[in-house]
Amino acid sequence: MSPPAVPAPPAVPAPPAVAVLRAVHITKRFGGLDALRDVSIDVPQYSIVSLIGPNGAGKTTLFNMLTGLYRPTEGSILLGELDITHARADEITGRGVARTFQNIRLFGAMTATENVMIGHHTRMRAGLFGAVLRTPRVRREERETRARARDLLAYVGLRETVFDRLASQLSYGDQRRVEIARALASEPRVLLLDEPTAGMNPQESRVLTEFMRQLRDELKLAILLIEHDMKVVMGVSERVTVLDHGEKIAEGEPAKVRTDPRVIEAYLGRQE
Amino acid sequence: MSELRAQLREWREAVDKRLPPWWSRALAGLLIAIGIVLPFFFPPGSGFLNATIIAIAYAVMALGLNVVVGFAGLLDLGYVAFYALGAYSVGWFGSGFFFRAHIHVLVSPATQALQGIHLNFILILIGAALICAGAGALIGLPTLRLRGDYIAIVTLAFGEIIGVVAVNGQSVPVGGGMTLTAGNLGISAVDQPYFGALASFNLLDLRPWYWLILAILLFVLFVNLRLRDSRLGRAWIALREDEIAAVSMGIPLVRTKLLAYSLGAAFGGLAGAFFGSYYTTVNAGQFQFGFSIFILAMVIIGGLGSIWGAVVGGMVLGYINNYLIPDVLNNLPSKFGLNFQLTQVEFGIFGFLLVIMMLLRPQGLIPERRRKLELTAEIAAEDAQLAEVPGTAGGAT
Repeated sequence: MSPPAVPAPPAVPAPPAVAVLRAVHITKRFGGLDALRDVSIDVPQYSIVSLIGPNGAGKTTLFNMLTGLYRPTEGSILLGELDITHARADEITGRGVARTFQNIRLFGAMTATENVMIGHHTRMRAGLFGAVLRTPRVRREERETRARARDLLAYVGLRETVFDRLASQLSYGDQRRVEIARALASEPRVLLLDEPTAGMNPQESRVLTEFMRQLRDELKLAILLIEHDMKVVMGVSERVTVLDHGEKIAEGEPAKVRTDPRVIEAYLGRQE
Repeated sequence: MSELRAQLREWREAVDKRLPPWWSRALAGLLIAIGIVLPFFFPPGSGFLNATIIAIAYAVMALGLNVVVGFAGLLDLGYVAFYALGAYSVGWFGSGFFFRAHIHVLVSPATQALQGIHLNFILILIGAALICAGAGALIGLPTLRLRGDYIAIVTLAFGEIIGVVAVNGQSVPVGGGMTLTAGNLGISAVDQPYFGALASFNLLDLRPWYWLILAILLFVLFVNLRLRDSRLGRAWIALREDEIAAVSMGIPLVRTKLLAYSLGAAFGGLAGAFFGSYYTTVNAGQFQFGFSIFILAMVIIGGLGSIWGAVVGGMVLGYINNYLIPDVLNNLPSKFGLNFQLTQVEFGIFGFLLVIMMLLRPQGLIPERRRKLELTAEIAAEDAQLAEVPGTAGGAT
């Protein structure tokens, strides 16, 4: 398969863009505070959608609802045809939604490989008795999971020498890579990345941007991305949604959103 | 000092490399063989053998608690509850306590004639494990949304509740003039295990008891080792490390945590049932809060999360508690003209030991593999820093 010739942004949004993940009229209140007000967002298949907005706009709150950590006060979340508004976080992961965290949350006392094996948990079958008896099936599953984890670590660009290091001892960039590998291990259809380029230099962000395209094209993933680096956002996403103070203030192609006066105002303040 | 340590590490690594890959299995086999023939070197009723039996039973309990506290990171301060439930399983289903019932399953001919419920000891062990697993899940449920110290408080209360029920159970009627427990009087004349012609259990020859508890230990040890390196074991560690990340990666919180509570409790129940039978009485006074702390101390001194640590911690504290203090050193203070016995200050001694451990070897006697990795990496980093002589540093990059 040849890589798509079109650089970002693609000219036309593909006509039969089936949404894999949809948030419909989501409102989230924490006590008296409206963290999100009536926000809807669609993530079409095989696409990269960015979610931007100033700090405190509610981006991560939306992520937490899409992955089942919070429940929306109103509205619903659909994965394909399935309503997952009230599903548990681990069930949602099992259905094919995986995420990374803004401030990396690896299991520090586990090796890089083990971290990725955890990601594969929902795809494994071994139960209590299987583990104790260690049947041939369980052995095979364990072996395959380990091999897969190592493949994924290599795929995200980790050097083999650090595969068996504890996650807490990896460099910052490697930790980010392991987190992505861990998310991929759950065999997702949708990948949610929460500020993946935070703390990276321009060179590293460029590599990661390229990698996101690769993920979309090779693994047929839909990616929802929270990002502050506009170069990354404009370079990689087909659609951009802008949140400000819990409300959606703009949505559309990157070029259009960039010139939207409300977006400029949200970021830079009003011009008097 | 650090040079010496580095030297030691080097030697150990060199030794590790030279040994064939099967050496750990061979070592385990050898240890088991030694364990089996050990009682032949002591008189069959000796105090040392008695202490060894109790120490092994403690090790079983420590292994159980280690699943909950060490693997899953759920601080359980009510573990004595499962000792109590295990012991009462024997009291209820292996004695004449429920005197109106006449149920006998696979017991010795002499016991057949007695009133009460008398089940075979193996059945009682299974029953004790099941009852404790259920109780473990029950105590797990209200703590699911809690973390750290709050879990400790709820489990502590649970342990106290079981203790109070055990004491006051003598006023709880269960019909026919029978009561739930015998309180501080104790359920007495508990059946001895019966294995047909294989072994005869009595209090003059402690060897069969020894082999029985050794078999229980090996079973629990085996299950622990298998679980540690399994999908479930990994899930426990992940939950311990970061709960939010773990559920986001697809680990079912409720099921995984409850399994940890249940399994840990079931192992405690096995040891509890053994104790009930070995002491031939089930007395409410045995189930004090201090015992929960005692077991926790074994796990911590051994090395939190470490399976071999729990075994060693349980055995060491068991020997100190049941052999070293009462049999060997008890009269030591009087030799210095002091008017007390060591058994009177044993809790002080354990507290002192814990403090010393925390100061000198906070990772425990046999630290968990992961913790060892963390610590050695820190040392390596320190060494690297120290090696950077001020003059040469900075030129590298």
